Amino acid sequence: MSLMTNHTPQRLHADACELPQRQVPRHPADAPLSIHDMTVAYHRKPVLWDVDLDIPQGKLVGIVGPNGAGKSTLLKAALDLVPKVSGRVLVYGKPYKKQRRMVAYVPQRESVDWDFPVDALDVVTMGTYGRIGWCVPVFRKHRRAALEALERVGMADYAHRQISQLSGGQQQRVFLARALVQDAQLYLMDEPFAGVDAATERAIVTLLHDLRAAGRTVLVVHHDLQTVREYFDQLILLNMRVVAHGPTDEVFTDANLHATYGGRLTLLSEAAEALAQQERP
Amino acid sequence: MNAALLTLAALPGWSAVVDALLLKEHNTRVVVLGVTCLGLAAGVAGTFLLLRKRSLTADALAHATLPGVALGFIVMVLAGGSGKSMPGLLVGAFVFGLLGMGWLMAIRRTTRLKDDAALGIVLSVTFGLGMALVKIAETTPGGSAAGLDRFIVGRAASMLEAEAIWLPVAAVVVTLVALLLFKELKLLCFDGAYGATQGWPTGLLDALLMGLVLAVTVIGLQSVGMLLVVALLIVPAAAARFWTQRLGVMVVVAGVIGMVSGYLGAIASALFANAPTGPIIVLLCSVMFGVSLVFGARRGVVVRVARHVRLARRIGRQHLLRALYEMHEGTDGVGHVSRSRLMRARSWSAGQLRRLMVRLVREGLIRRAADGSAALTEQGRVAARRYVRNHRLWEMYLIEHADIAPSHVDRDADAIEHVLGDAMIERLEQLLAQRFPQMALPASPHPIDFVDARETRPADVR
Repeated sequence: MSLMTNHTPQRLHADACELPQRQVPRHPADAPLSIHDMTVAYHRKPVLWDVDLDIPQGKLVGIVGPNGAGKSTLLKAALDLVPKVSGRVLVYGKPYKKQRRMVAYVPQRESVDWDFPVDALDVVTMGTYGRIGWCVPVFRKHRRAALEALERVGMADYAHRQISQLSGGQQQRVFLARALVQDAQLYLMDEPFAGVDAATERAIVTLLHDLRAAGRTVLVVHHDLQTVREYFDQLILLNMRVVAHGPTDEVFTDANLHATYGGRLTLLSEAAEALAQQERP
Repeated sequence: MNAALLTLAALPGWSAVVDALLLKEHNTRVVVLGVTCLGLAAGVAGTFLLLRKRSLTADALAHATLPGVALGFIVMVLAGGSGKSMPGLLVGAFVFGLLGMGWLMAIRRTTRLKDDAALGIVLSVTFGLGMALVKIAETTPGGSAAGLDRFIVGRAASMLEAEAIWLPVAAVVVTLVALLLFKELKLLCFDGAYGATQGWPTGLLDALLMGLVLAVTVIGLQSVGMLLVVALLIVPAAAARFWTQRLGVMVVVAGVIGMVSGYLGAIASALFANAPTGPIIVLLCSVMFGVSLVFGARRGVVVRVARHVRLARRIGRQHLLRALYEMHEGTDGVGHVSRSRLMRARSWSAGQLRRLMVRLVREGLIRRAADGSAALTEQGRVAARRYVRNHRLWEMYLIEHADIAPSHVDRDADAIEHVLGDAMIERLEQLLAQRFPQMALPASPHPIDFVDARETRPADVR
C-alpha cells in the first residue's frame, strides 16, 4: 500500500518532464494573455505551481483538470481576484491592471445570490458600469446595449424577469450577456457549461464561435472531457501545474490525461478508448 | 391596582397626542424631524447592508461605539470641560466604531476564526469595555447626571434643540451619498468579484458602505441607542423585500418604513417623557415587518398562498372537465356521469369535488342533476375539448420528441398542461402539424383507464 502511494507522484512527475510543452516558454509580446511563473497558495497550501502560459490570439481555449486542480483559481489569480505568491500577468503585452477594459470575466453561476432583487436586464447592464464611471447613473443607451447582448444569447424575452425565476441555463446566459456587453477582446469563463440545459449549451457554443469569428480570444474552464475535442481549438491540461498546453488534437492524448488525472481516470479512459475503437469503421 | 391607576394617570390626554402628532411644540418638532430623517437614512443604507449580508457586522460596530462615548466623556472632563458636549461624545463614538471595524477585519485576516466567532468577540468585548468605562465616567464629578446610559437604549426626548438640529442634516447627507452610489453599491452587493474585474475598488466600496452604516449608528445613538440601532437598519430593509423584486423600489420602501417608525417612535418618546425610544421604534418596525411578511405584494404569505390556491383550483377544474369529456368521448353525447364515478377518476375528496362542481355550475360549464351526477353544458363541452386537446398535444410531443413511453405520458402531461400558454400550444401545433390538422382533436395516444370506462372507451382503433 505504502509503495503504491510513494510511487504515484514520482511517475506523475516523470510524465510531466517528458512532455514537449514544458520547454522554455517564448512569451510573444502581443499574446492576449501571458502568464509568467505564477504561483498561488491558500493558507500556505499551494494551489498553482509555476504556471507559464501564452494564450494565442483568436482561439477558443479550454482548461480541463480534476477537481481542485486550480482551474478557477488560475482565472481568478490572472484577474487579481486572489493574491499571487509570485508571477506576472500580461494582457496584450501590458500589465493586467492597465488593460481591464480588454478583459471580460464570466464567474461561476453559484458565486452569486440569485435571490437578489434585480431583473435579467439589470444584471447585464452591470457590464456597462465600467465605462459609465463613478456616481453617474445608467442611461438609456447602456440599457439598450444590455438588451442587445441579451438578444445575442436568446434571452431578450426574459429581460424583465426577476433573476431567481430563471432556470440555471438562463442564468448562465445572463452572465454571458453581461460579459458580452463589455465588448472585450479576451473572455475568461469559469464553467459556463456546468449544469445547463441542451438549448443553453448550443447557445453558448454558437456564441463562442461568433466570438472567435470576431477575432476575440476565449479561455473556458471546462469539466466535460467528452466535448473537449469538439469545442476547443487549444487545450490546457491543469493539475496544480500545467501538464500540457497546445492544439487540442496534439494535447488531448491518453498519456497527458493520465498525467493530469493521476491514474484516477484509468477506467474511464479505457472505456473511452474502447468506445473509440468501436466507432472506427 | 395602584400600578394600573398610575399608568392610566401617566397616559397623555387626547389633546397632548394631537399636539405631538401635529408637531406643535418646537423642541418636539426638531427631535421628531431628526429621528424621522434617521429612519430614512437607516432604511436606505440598511437595504445595502442587508443585501451585502453584513447585518451582524453592523451590530458589532454599534456596540463598539459605547466605549467611545464613555471615553469621550472622561477625556472632556479631564480636559476641564463638563463632558456633556454632544459633538465630543459622538466623535468618540465614531472613532471607536472605526476601531471596532478595524479590529474585526484584523481578526478575519490574521486568524482562521470563523466570522461568527470574530463578531462575537468584537461585539461582547467592546460592549463590556463600554459598560466598564461608563461606570468609571459616572464616578467623575457630574458624571452621574450626564445620563450616559441613554446612549444604550436611546431617549429621543432627552435631546436638546441645539444638539438635535444637525441630526436631520447628517441623515439626509447619508441618504444622498447612498443614492449617489446606488449603482456602485448594487454591483458590490450582487457580485463584488465581478465588479473588481472592471476595476471597481471593492475594498473602498465596502468601507464606504460600512462608513454610511457607522454614520447612521452615531446619528441614532441618542435617539435609538446603540443596542437597537441595528434593528432600524435591518428590519425596514427586510420588510421591504416582501413588497418588491426591484432594488430601487426596495430602497424607497425601506426608507419609508424607517421614516414612519422614526416619526411615530419619536412622538411616543415625547408623550412619555421617560420612555426609552429605541424599543418603541424597534417595536413599530417589527409591526411593519409582520404586516409586510403577511401582506407583502411580492413575497408575502397571503400572496403566496393565494397563488397556490389559484393554481390548485385551475388544475382541479381542468381535470374535472377533462374527465367528464373523456368519459363520454366517442358517444358524442354530453350525458350525465355519476358522482361516484367522478370520485374514482381522480383522488378527490368528497368536499373538494363538491366545491369544484359548485364553481363550475356557477360558471355555466356543467349541469348537476338531483342525484349528484353531472354533465357538461355546451359551453363546458367547448372548454373541455380545448383542455383535452392541449393534454393530448403535449402527450404526443412527449412521445415523439422526448422519448417517453406511452404508458407514462399521461402523468407527465398532467403536470405540465396546466401551465401551457397560448404561444406554447401554437408551437406544439406547428411541431405536430403534419399529423393533426388545425383544431382537430387527436385521439388519446394511450388507453384511457377510467375504472368502468369500458363501454365508453374512445375509439382509439378508429
